[in-house]
Amino acid sequence: MKRRDFFKSAAVVGLATIFKPNALAASASSANLTVQATPDMVAVMGGEPEAMLIRALKELGGIGKYVKKGNKVVIKPNIGWDRKPELAANTNPELVGALVKLCKSAGASEILVFDHTCHDWKKSYTNSGIEKAVSDAGGKMVPGNDESYYREVDFPRGVNLKKAKIHKSLLECDVWFNVPILKNHGGAKNTISMKNLMGIVWDRSFFHNNDLHQCIADSATFHKKPALNIVDAYRILKSNGPQGKSESDVVKLKSLIISPDFVAVDTAAMKMFSQVQPTDIKDVRHIALAEKLRVGTQNLEKLNVKRIKM
Amino acid sequence: MKFLKNIRVIISLLFFLPIFLFFIDFAGKLPLQLHELLKFQWIPALLSLNLVLIGILLVLSLLFGRIYCSTICPLGVFQDILTWKSSFFRKKKKKFRFEYTKPQNILRYSILALTIVLFIFGSSFLVILLDPYSTFGRMVSQLFRPLAIMGNNVISAILSGMGNYSLYKVDQVGFVPVAFGISLLFFVLVGVMSWFRGRLYCNTVCPVGTTLGLLSKISIFRISIKESSCTQCGLCEKSCKSQCIDSETMKVDDSRCVSCFNCISACKKGSMKYEFRYKKQIAEPVQTHADNSRRTFLLTSGAVLSTLAFANVKTLTRKKDTILTRQPIMPPGAGNIEHFNAHCTGCQLCVGKCPMQVLKPAALQYGISGIMQPHLAFSTQVFCTYDCNICSSVCPTVALKPLSMEEKKLVQIGIVKFRKDMCVVFTDETDCGACSEHCPTQAVHMIPYKKGLTIPEVTENICIGCGACESICPVKPYKAIYVEGNKIQITAKKPKEAKKFNKVIDDFGF
Repeated sequence: MKRRDFFKSAAVVGLATIFKPNALAASASSANLTVQATPDMVAVMGGEPEAMLIRALKELGGIGKYVKKGNKVVIKPNIGWDRKPELAANTNPELVGALVKLCKSAGASEILVFDHTCHDWKKSYTNSGIEKAVSDAGGKMVPGNDESYYREVDFPRGVNLKKAKIHKSLLECDVWFNVPILKNHGGAKNTISMKNLMGIVWDRSFFHNNDLHQCIADSATFHKKPALNIVDAYRILKSNGPQGKSESDVVKLKSLIISPDFVAVDTAAMKMFSQVQPTDIKDVRHIALAEKLRVGTQNLEKLNVKRIKM
Repeated sequence: MKFLKNIRVIISLLFFLPIFLFFIDFAGKLPLQLHELLKFQWIPALLSLNLVLIGILLVLSLLFGRIYCSTICPLGVFQDILTWKSSFFRKKKKKFRFEYTKPQNILRYSILALTIVLFIFGSSFLVILLDPYSTFGRMVSQLFRPLAIMGNNVISAILSGMGNYSLYKVDQVGFVPVAFGISLLFFVLVGVMSWFRGRLYCNTVCPVGTTLGLLSKISIFRISIKESSCTQCGLCEKSCKSQCIDSETMKVDDSRCVSCFNCISACKKGSMKYEFRYKKQIAEPVQTHADNSRRTFLLTSGAVLSTLAFANVKTLTRKKDTILTRQPIMPPGAGNIEHFNAHCTGCQLCVGKCPMQVLKPAALQYGISGIMQPHLAFSTQVFCTYDCNICSSVCPTVALKPLSMEEKKLVQIGIVKFRKDMCVVFTDETDCGACSEHCPTQAVHMIPYKKGLTIPEVTENICIGCGACESICPVKPYKAIYVEGNKIQITAKKPKEAKKFNKVIDDFGF
């Protein structure tokens, strides 16, 4: 191309965008729409954790869309408690294991899994069944028990939370998945995808001291968004959360909700949860607060939601 | 008979190394069953009134003399290692360097008598301080273990910098100046004494050594010099780390001999014998010497006893109330405070084995008698784990009674106290609930408060005092929720289970 031609075409494109600012964007996205729009959210019900995950990811374009060959992947489940899987205090180990396997198959060079646990981290890793599931599938557990593993990150969009120390594995990775479990929660009312972010942070007492819900919403403005929020609702904890006392607190819903949108996935999960234990989503204040920070939307009508029963 | 020394060395290492590593092991890699080895220690066996083990130890001592001191006691073996090491720093000529000294009878019997008398009067202060096993345990857990952890942390930091997480950083949260100071003091004392004078500590300070010395005077087997072949070359005397062989008079002071058999190996003439004491033909009048020391023992103990009879020993144990801001919290299985204070030797094993490191050696929380006995000290994310009974299962004495996991989950070591006026929900009117979140029994649970908020409420009779709530409460420096220790540990009520949800959900709900 001659230099003159280049300037010419550049000027044309420039003029076009001035007069019709959405033209380029529209032409770009319309190409996608014609193929078959990827849903904004996929919900699956009635299968085993691994089968549901594979099914949902198929709708979302396959794992290869998120994990490229040679990528360093981090998975952040909820492993807060020294509890066995049947007590639904931690993310389902089969789900975590299945995700590790999928990432491996997509050619990930390294798959790290961690949580900043509430109970003794070694016991939580072991007794949750996650440690075994991860190492069997070819991933690695990373400790999150010490401040030295965390690095300070700015939250320019945060209202109360302006800075926080975030686990370094997350800062160094190419892609990460947020894999919470749906639970009742004594303090935050419910814990889903955004509350799960408290496990990537070192100093949690700051949250409790500075309006818990606002800080949770602030943490969802973290610049490095998870590729997907994969909400485990295979077993949910309907009462006495987040630890639970016995299996009477557990309800088996055999469900899975996936979306890159924090607010949407939490909203959907709350609606599912309320069928078991009616809870006003307004009381889970961080969901509305996050929407205000434009982290995502509570209006599921606007989204392309795919519901699958297995 | 030179094989005797080799056997002694092998047996002593079989006891020493596992015990040493067990105390060092900060990652919990070694099997907890290793604590069984510790039951063979004299003071733990005596305090537990474990008749079988006391019997075994007694028979061993009456048969072979003080072999407890030279094989089973980790502090004794530790001193042997130091003594042996020190020889590398000397010129070769001086390698066998000991010479006979007179026993420090007044000192050793006074210490023994004082220890016993204080104990009878209800203060285990000297038992805790002087039990050789516990002294060793403290030295390792307060001095060696932190060094090992430091080493681990340096290496793990380097590795994690390179993205390798195979090692992990271990917190050093157990620092208590009193415990560290006492451990250091004894390390220096024992170290210096053994470096220059072999088993001097065992034969002057250690009450167990002194007691066993009384037994070894009548033990069936003993070291003796065969006068007929002895050339009085003095090699035996120079090799005797107890400094109890007088080669001039060809006598061995049985009360200080720890049956290490070094002299047998040293003697070139084969004149050192380890043999049957009660041979018929010899009715030697050697016993006068021993009688003397026995008399000293009785005299000194009488003197100490009478002085103490006038002194109100109870003041020693009762000072704690004024020093404390709250009742100390004993580890689960302690039962009641009198039992616990009287039976715990402060060996620090439970402190080292506690996976949460919530157990710390006490300063003056239990009073002077209870220095270095463990108590629970909560800090951020440091509390007593619900599904754990390690401390009570490794305790070598009966200070902590073994608890099954189900029992432990119901032992109430303290009771939660909630100060509503300090709570974040009350002061800031924002949600928090960290305490209830961490409460394993939901003794702390959330109830509706104003504006859709919830605030903690406490059900005392299902609280077990684990301190999870206190450890996580964000209010600083004085927590809005805390645990008050129980003087008598009781059984808490079982928490009620939630109502089961039996309907089938077949809809997404959105």
